[in-house]
Amino acid sequence: MRLTVNGTAHELDVEAEMPLLWVLRDELGLTGTKYGCGIAQCGACTVHLDGVAVRSCQTRAGDAEGAEITTIEGLGTPEAPHPVQAAWIETQVAQCGYCQPGQIMQAASFLAGTPEPTDDDIDAAMGGNLCRCATYPRLRAAVRDAAARLREG
Amino acid sequence: MASLGKIARRGFLVGAAAVAGGVAFGTWRLRTPYPNPLAPGDGAAVLNPWVVVDGAGVTLITPRADKGQGAVQVQAALLAEELDVEPKAVRTAFGPAAPAYYNSVVVADGMPVAATDDGVIARLLREEVSAAAGKVFGMHVTGGSTTVPDAYETLRRAGAVARETLKRAAAARTGTAMADLRTEDGQVILPDGAALPYTELAAEAAEVEAPDFVPLRAPSAWRILGQPVERLDMAAKCTGTQTFGIDHRQPGMLHATVRTHPGWGAGAVSVESRAAERMRGVERVVEITGGVGVIADNTWRAMQAAEAVEIDWGPSPIAESTEAMWDDFAASFTEDRHDSRFKDEGDVDGALAGAEVLEAEYRVPFLAHAPLEPMNATVQVTGDRADIWTGTQIPRFVQDHVAGIVGIAADRVHVHNAMIGGSFGHRLEDLHVRQATELAMRVPGRPVKMTWTREEDMAHDYPRTMQLARMRGAVRAGRVEAFDLSIAAHSTFASQGPRWGVPASGPDVAIVAGAWDQPFAIPHYRVTGYRVPEGVPVSSWRSVGASGNAFLHDGFLDELIHAAGADPLEERLRLCRHEPSRRVLEAVGEMAGWDGPRPAEGRGRGVAYCLSFGVPTAEIVEVTETEEGLRIDAIYVAAEVGRVLDPVNLEAQMTGGALFGLGHAMFSELTFAGHRVEQRNYDGYRTLRLPQTPRIVETRALETTDEIRGIGEPPVPPAAPALANAIFAATGRRLREMPFAKSVRFA
Ligand code: FES
Ligand code: FES
Repeated sequence: MRLTVNGTAHELDVEAEMPLLWVLRDELGLTGTKYGCGIAQCGACTVHLDGVAVRSCQTRAGDAEGAEITTIEGLGTPEAPHPVQAAWIETQVAQCGYCQPGQIMQAASFLAGTPEPTDDDIDAAMGGNLCRCATYPRLRAAVRDAAARLREG
Repeated sequence: MASLGKIARRGFLVGAAAVAGGVAFGTWRLRTPYPNPLAPGDGAAVLNPWVVVDGAGVTLITPRADKGQGAVQVQAALLAEELDVEPKAVRTAFGPAAPAYYNSVVVADGMPVAATDDGVIARLLREEVSAAAGKVFGMHVTGGSTTVPDAYETLRRAGAVARETLKRAAAARTGTAMADLRTEDGQVILPDGAALPYTELAAEAAEVEAPDFVPLRAPSAWRILGQPVERLDMAAKCTGTQTFGIDHRQPGMLHATVRTHPGWGAGAVSVESRAAERMRGVERVVEITGGVGVIADNTWRAMQAAEAVEIDWGPSPIAESTEAMWDDFAASFTEDRHDSRFKDEGDVDGALAGAEVLEAEYRVPFLAHAPLEPMNATVQVTGDRADIWTGTQIPRFVQDHVAGIVGIAADRVHVHNAMIGGSFGHRLEDLHVRQATELAMRVPGRPVKMTWTREEDMAHDYPRTMQLARMRGAVRAGRVEAFDLSIAAHSTFASQGPRWGVPASGPDVAIVAGAWDQPFAIPHYRVTGYRVPEGVPVSSWRSVGASGNAFLHDGFLDELIHAAGADPLEERLRLCRHEPSRRVLEAVGEMAGWDGPRPAEGRGRGVAYCLSFGVPTAEIVEVTETEEGLRIDAIYVAAEVGRVLDPVNLEAQMTGGALFGLGHAMFSELTFAGHRVEQRNYDGYRTLRLPQTPRIVETRALETTDEIRGIGEPPVPPAAPALANAIFAATGRRLREMPFAKSVRFA
């Protein structure tokens, strides 16, 4: 199987039904994508397939063939953060931080399609991403800040 | 995180081992410092258990685990403030498991001494006995909001001693008088302006004697503490580069998972694993304590195979259902199960005898910690050595338990602590580490990373105990006159203590914490605890006893205040006999505009208060009835924290704590049927999500006392009663059972 992750093609010998989450984490060592529930209830495993946020715990590796897969590591780096990551760092959103890669991937995909979100839009788009530390107020603020950064380019 | 592998050697005492504990103990034995667990590598100076300087730089050892509360940040800042280094320019590392890192504060909160009690005996008990007990047990524990109060003196003093030691080394090398030297940004500065980096002085500093006592700088001279700073881990956590325990990798590592008795039974009666063994990537299917484990080359393959094992579980020791458990709780208000009566003022029976008595029964469910990172541990057992990579709040207990399982000496067990993806108390348990150890012993020499499925995690969460309370009260002339609260609960400490190897005896303060110790001058006032024999193993859950007791105590107090026809805030203020508590009540009233216009029809606000972990905290919640259900508009939080060391993080903890309390009060419960937990994932175990989070969340930290306190837990307890009281104000319905979603619909 051939998967393209963060711009790099990988030849892999894995079952087609292995969730993309576990291919990323255990086969490719990309551990920024997190396991939280395995049943699409928490959003910690969110990655992009061709720019669209998906739950990688529910995405068969076989179905990701041919797509551009982007993980949190491919979105930006500490040295060159994506505008959404920059907004997150500036707002100091993370507490334990375990949910944040998923939150950020969800927000990045959402904002690409909704550049001027209302608070209701934000709540609806981010409602599937659980944060057990309840960083929600800063999350909201960071999404708004990220939207502004993206609009300014 | 730097690796401590090279420098961690227990029992090796270096010359400059000034363990500046800063805690005064009553006897010489208790003064004797524990040996410094750090031993230097080549050219490194270990100035004390918290500061290591070598050619590459300065490493600050932060013994308390970081569960997301920013503990590394505040510990580094305390050290850096006196050491004169920039927190961003140093490395941090979690300390190894060692008694030198004992927690002097954690035991204090288990004692029947009210935080408001300033009497000599109270202080003695709290400070001396607790510090001594923490020391005797070598309680290297993170918990009970103790990181800040415990570290406040200790780490600043460690930084100061290290700084002065480095200055002594510079004085010796250059022949300069100590008084003519100063320090700045990781360097000793000579009178002529020349700078000697600490790194260059490391070897000499290890040879000079450390000063016994160094005075601490006044807060007015602080440069780092009290300032808003970016958390050291923020960029890593927002770019996926922060590794948690679950992300740990070792060369040649295998992946594993376990399936153990879902009803806490001893294990399987029969196991059929042939099909599982033939599945792709499966290395071994093995029986372990309580069930089976699968070792494979990929976590998902291990999970799939574990699912494919056919298991007949043996009997469960716990009651069949939540209903049966409630029956037992309801039958617990007996002489036999009486546990404590720390509060007994006035003549409660007499006062109630002649009065119109208000009676109520309240219920609080089992709650899971359910942190987002499932429990996991990587273990490698090679010969007589074991290495453990896991995020834990109890490294010393882990060390002992693993040593016992492997059959080696405790000092052959190396615990490498990892960043934790949330805990809320779950990482005070180590069942997952013990299981991973059993698995690793089957493949000697090979590291095994064991990860629980969310389902395994929820079934073995060691939940917060249920509570059932009965209360009676009376009012007179517009005032609360009598208050009699009886609480039946499992004893957290009786359940958890033996797992830690710490003896549990006497009454369990947690059964009544946050209720018996509230500073109200109700003329006839009594709080009694009853202990329900433990069935489901229970453990500490963020704010422990107070997490439910604030709802019991303050919810019923609110009922009485309404019965008296008094204003909820004014009557609490009138009854309150503790000045700092009055100030937080006044502050929260001001924040919410309590004195302004009354809320319109269909809207309501509720105030609640709880003193827990020494921190008086008051909260006001505002709700509105809408077509879609009840909407929570706002929550205001005020707390007395003594001194703000890290304002950005403090706000995060106050907000997160209050919302944590709110979300569980709204939605969360663990129930049992067929001896099993019914909620095995986040679909059944509902918690707060963004759409239900109030749009207004405001916090205020008061600094009017000199009591330095941690804030991770105290904002949790008042949220539930504040919400219940607000719902009553808006709808006239008094909610006496959590979660409230059983009774009302939330928007
Ligand atoms: S792990 Fe995929 S949504 Fe939770
Ligand atoms: S920051 Fe801890 S789960 Fe979101």
